[in-house]
Amino acid sequence: MTKVLVLAEVKNGKLRNVSFEVLTVAAQIANGGEIAACVFGCDAEKYGPELGKYGAQKVYVLENEELNHYTPDGYKQALLTIIEEMQPDVVLTGHTSIGKDIFPLAAARLNAAVISDAIQVEVGGSIVFTRPIYSGKAYQKKEVTEGLVMATIRPNNIDAVENQASGETIKLLTEIKDLRTVVREVVQKASGKVDLSEAKVIISGGRGVKGAEGFKTLQALADVLGGAVGASRGACDAEYCDYSLQIGQTGKVVTPDLYIACGISGAIQHLAGMSSSKVIVAINKDPEANIFHIADYGIVGDLFEVVPLLTEEFKKLIAENQAVTN
Amino acid sequence: MNIIVILKQTFDTEEKIVIENGEIVNDNAELIINPYDEFAVEEAVKLKEKHGGDITVITIGTSEAESALRTSLAIGADNAVLIEKDEDLELDENGIAKVLAAVIKERDFDIILGGNMSIDNGASQVGPRLAEELQIPHAATITRLEIDGGSVRVERDVEGDVEIIESTLPILVTAQQGLNEPRYPSLPGIMKAKKKPLQTLDIEELELRFEELQSKSRIINCYLPKKKESGRILSGEIQAQAAELVQLLRAEIKVG
Repeated sequence: MTKVLVLAEVKNGKLRNVSFEVLTVAAQIANGGEIAACVFGCDAEKYGPELGKYGAQKVYVLENEELNHYTPDGYKQALLTIIEEMQPDVVLTGHTSIGKDIFPLAAARLNAAVISDAIQVEVGGSIVFTRPIYSGKAYQKKEVTEGLVMATIRPNNIDAVENQASGETIKLLTEIKDLRTVVREVVQKASGKVDLSEAKVIISGGRGVKGAEGFKTLQALADVLGGAVGASRGACDAEYCDYSLQIGQTGKVVTPDLYIACGISGAIQHLAGMSSSKVIVAINKDPEANIFHIADYGIVGDLFEVVPLLTEEFKKLIAENQAVTN
Repeated sequence: MNIIVILKQTFDTEEKIVIENGEIVNDNAELIINPYDEFAVEEAVKLKEKHGGDITVITIGTSEAESALRTSLAIGADNAVLIEKDEDLELDENGIAKVLAAVIKERDFDIILGGNMSIDNGASQVGPRLAEELQIPHAATITRLEIDGGSVRVERDVEGDVEIIESTLPILVTAQQGLNEPRYPSLPGIMKAKKKPLQTLDIEELELRFEELQSKSRIINCYLPKKKESGRILSGEIQAQAAELVQLLRAEIKVG
């Protein structure tokens, strides 16, 4: 029987969706075995029931104000405490800012392997993880051959499935001490906006957007669809927008349900970051642009004409849907 | 200030990936310094310009990786170390961090810089693992670095938000895009780099037990994604195209 532990993550007072996705993977791996989650911070206990809904039989809780904000030292002590208590065979979390920091750190202490950024899991004789390499230009199947199995799962790739379990809370106490890095301030540049890595819809702009002002046109469409705005390297290099929006081999890799590329030529580095999106739409003045080769639908035209039209059409559609529901 | 930069040589981002028998073919690919590690080299040179000191760049690889080290020397690093690895020796992230730690432990250092991920393997593991092996703090995905005496202040990118972190030397930091604009090597720099010291170490001569290096994970195979078929280019009046597109997308995604 496999015992699986999931490190759940809270952002702005809510469990992140990726934590439910990872619990779904945990259920697949546990295959009838034990599934537990752990969550840290002062009010961690309140997340128990929701984690239970997605399959956590036990929820280990470490309530400590030193864990309200992520620090490598704090989370390392907390995670190692839970692993020591539960003795899991497999430990999973999201391939997020926190996950990709804390897992290698804890693994170094435990002398364990970590499979990073997995997008698919097959359970047979062993647990085989599929992960993109070269930002998705190729894929790799990988397994852990010895000791504890640790893996980070890419957000937005596996559908979270409800799987009601007891979600029994187990409170642990441990001293969190000697934090060698201190968080002085968090500037919420992305607050109120949808996170790129978890966005279902991304409206992305390239050099064709021509300036910061042009990105507002894209933002308007993103707002209507509840999506996020992304950018190509060209747009970032030209300072039309912040590098944190960059999608591609030297930026973020994204897999939304809908990716609308506006004024993006489609350099190989950019395609590496977005070509696994479920539906790709390209809008470009140049009918020869490379982006059309991987697009499901293309419109050859000026994005400043097309995007506002799309915004209006989607608004109409949403209004119709609401009228029907009411 | 003693500065160490860890770097990796990777395929140029323009390269297409070729796979034979489940393995990536390395032949003839253009090789570059991993772009995130380039930010680390640039930041090291900036630190030296401001605080003085000595920069050592370290990589693990075959003799081919020497060119990445020479480029770093041309940009402004002072010394280079190539930890030579047999092509057949499989090292996972755990092994790589242990080898780097074994070499770095023998040196004086105030700060270690690296990229936050390599664009080939993309695991983001080596930085945090190395910090843990050396028992020093770390800050990942930084976009700004200030050092004042023994104190360190960094800004780090956390999924679009900015975290301001304070810590002390010695520390390990990993670079994120936006930290700086890497300079190109100058011609005099390239000439000087030829004479700068480049030490070659053999992994087997390091004080590490075989069990410590042995991979605890295994790559089963690699493959290319399925080729996507070209889609439909819409036609007609732009207004009508926009309306048609929205109808087409309606079926495929949930909107509203």
